[in-house]
Amino acid sequence: MSAKMIEVRWHGRGGQGAKTAALLFAQAVLTTGKYIQAFPEYGPERMGAPVQSFNRVSDSPITIHCSITEPQFVVILDPTLLDAVDVTEGVGTQGKVIVNTSFSAEEMAKKLGIAKEQVYVVNASKIAEETIGKNIPNTPMLGALVKVIGNLDINGVLNDTKAKLEVKFRSKPEVIEGNIASIKRAYDEVKNS
Amino acid sequence: MVKTMFSKGKIVAKTGNEIMAEAMRQIAPDVVAAYPITPATEIVQIFSQFVADGKVPTEFVAVESEHSAMSATISASVAGARAMTGTSSQGFALMWEMLYIAAGLRLPIVMAEVNRALSAPINIHGDQSDTMGARDAGWIQIYSENSQEAYDNMIQSVRIAEAAKLPAMVTTDGFIISHCMEVAEVYPDADVKEFVGEYKPERALLDYKRPFTLGAIDLQDYYFEHRYQLAQAMRDSKKIILEVADEFKKKFGREYGFYEKYEMDDAEIAIVTIGSAAGTTKAVVDNLRAKGIKAGLIKIRVYRPFPAEEIAKDLSKVKAIAVLDRADSCSATFAPVYLDVVAALYANCGDKAPKAENYVYGLGGREISLEHIEEVYMKLDAVAKGTKKASTQVEYINVRIK
Amino acid sequence: MKKEDKKLTAAELPAGGLLEGGTAENFKTGPWRSQRPVWNKDKCISCLTCWIYCPDSAIKIAPDEKKTTVVTGIDYDHCKGCGICARECPPKVAAITMEEEKK
Repeated sequence: MSAKMIEVRWHGRGGQGAKTAALLFAQAVLTTGKYIQAFPEYGPERMGAPVQSFNRVSDSPITIHCSITEPQFVVILDPTLLDAVDVTEGVGTQGKVIVNTSFSAEEMAKKLGIAKEQVYVVNASKIAEETIGKNIPNTPMLGALVKVIGNLDINGVLNDTKAKLEVKFRSKPEVIEGNIASIKRAYDEVKNS
Repeated sequence: MVKTMFSKGKIVAKTGNEIMAEAMRQIAPDVVAAYPITPATEIVQIFSQFVADGKVPTEFVAVESEHSAMSATISASVAGARAMTGTSSQGFALMWEMLYIAAGLRLPIVMAEVNRALSAPINIHGDQSDTMGARDAGWIQIYSENSQEAYDNMIQSVRIAEAAKLPAMVTTDGFIISHCMEVAEVYPDADVKEFVGEYKPERALLDYKRPFTLGAIDLQDYYFEHRYQLAQAMRDSKKIILEVADEFKKKFGREYGFYEKYEMDDAEIAIVTIGSAAGTTKAVVDNLRAKGIKAGLIKIRVYRPFPAEEIAKDLSKVKAIAVLDRADSCSATFAPVYLDVVAALYANCGDKAPKAENYVYGLGGREISLEHIEEVYMKLDAVAKGTKKASTQVEYINVRIK
Repeated sequence: MKKEDKKLTAAELPAGGLLEGGTAENFKTGPWRSQRPVWNKDKCISCLTCWIYCPDSAIKIAPDEKKTTVVTGIDYDHCKGCGICARECPPKVAAITMEEEKK
């Protein structure tokens, strides 16, 4: 793995959209001119089961097809996974973990057993309820991830996601607006405190 | 920065399955007959959606099994249609007897195949056991490292199959490529259509003015000649494959051959492998090169016909090689790709052949990491330096033996 | 004894075991017949039932002066003497009878 490559691991439960989030993220980042990969981990597929998906982002072509074991970024869509899965596996002392939670970064760092500097929190479920009208945390978490990674263009991500959603929800413009608003809010609200 | 190779190309993010379905839409065969199976389901699912949406004029035949899928594809091909199908693993195994018939009747069928482990025990993940078992069925086999290659290989295989009068399968590694979204360049429909051209079969059963019989019994006096023809057609197809690749490069800019050489010019040790693991190996080669170790890679793209003389020539300059097989042979000797590579070396290089080891990896989707591959290169380095003897049996990567 | 036909080589054979249509014309497939159908032109009403049923296409037909298709005889090169034509010929007509083949 080259030093410049970013690797991301998404944790969710079957049905929460962890795979979709990784695909949306990859497609959105591609529009900014970077090389991407998005792939799910396929296990027993059922609603509610812990699932993972992955992203790679790089300025140069990505040839590797091995799994991601030391992600720089981990996104946790569902805080109840903390008790079920080792979400910090491979994170080390440098990786950053973004959690959908109402707890503070300090409290979450304690739960996760990693340094506070590594933990980012955002109440994506609340944001989703208020913007989309449903607890669908995957799109707001996209915004949070873009913010934490730092060197990605949020407007590019918003525009691409909007274009994707416009194809899928042609007859429901409120869904599109809600999703876009949720990404923006999570981008603004994700914090390290 | 992602760039196109073809002036009219478009950069997209697509999974292996999505891009194979896209290639099929652009090729627009007359008939597709298929039955779904993980992890190839999406190929025919997406394609059947194209048909339903009127985006491709293909006659889609939803059959009740893969045996029927291949039977219907064969029938369509005999009738004079450009016919395609797609499958994986158990479905591929169920096609088995029809695979040989498609080849024996010399039908230019193109199949999108997603490599997956064979039962038992049941496993849906990627390895190459399925198509490796059919390596001598008389089908051209083209393996893809990533989405881009899967797309380009599909487009080229139509031309190759029709010129060689041989069926051809294009494969990707199950899940690792089939379900991995990657950056790829797609070409406009019109350019793909122009490259693929119109299929004009020499003979078609629907041409009632020139009736013929196909599939008649062929006994001691003629069967052998027909099988010789098939074997010879496979040998002759090598020239066609290179011609099509050449034309493809001129048109779309991407270069393809029988295999890809990566850092082979001055390599002292080399890995030979097929499929997605080759991409991972490239990263290891880069790391080793940075440390001053002269590592190289040969990634086989066209496994049938096997480019024996060519590969032997390129490997003859190397001191030690390892062939990494994603299928075992259960023969008590070596795995398929190793057998072909070593036979090629023995026939062409004699005493000058490099030391060769064989590693089986990744069965049932088992992880193959950068570290695993680096370990193989370190062993090869020791063999090349004479501090380790080359193993005389199959070695295994990342499996719990004891 | 008949001399064996020259066998085609792999280079000469069409690919895929393809056989041209109508090649049975080049072979005499009937000489092992033990019974032969004998057709009586005067009794025959050209209903073509025999032509429909013959498994070896051995009933010869042609248009007559009124351009009506009529039976013109039996192709003994391909008739294997199965007797279906004689059986299917309407009893009131009985234009085909089976006789012992002289060998």
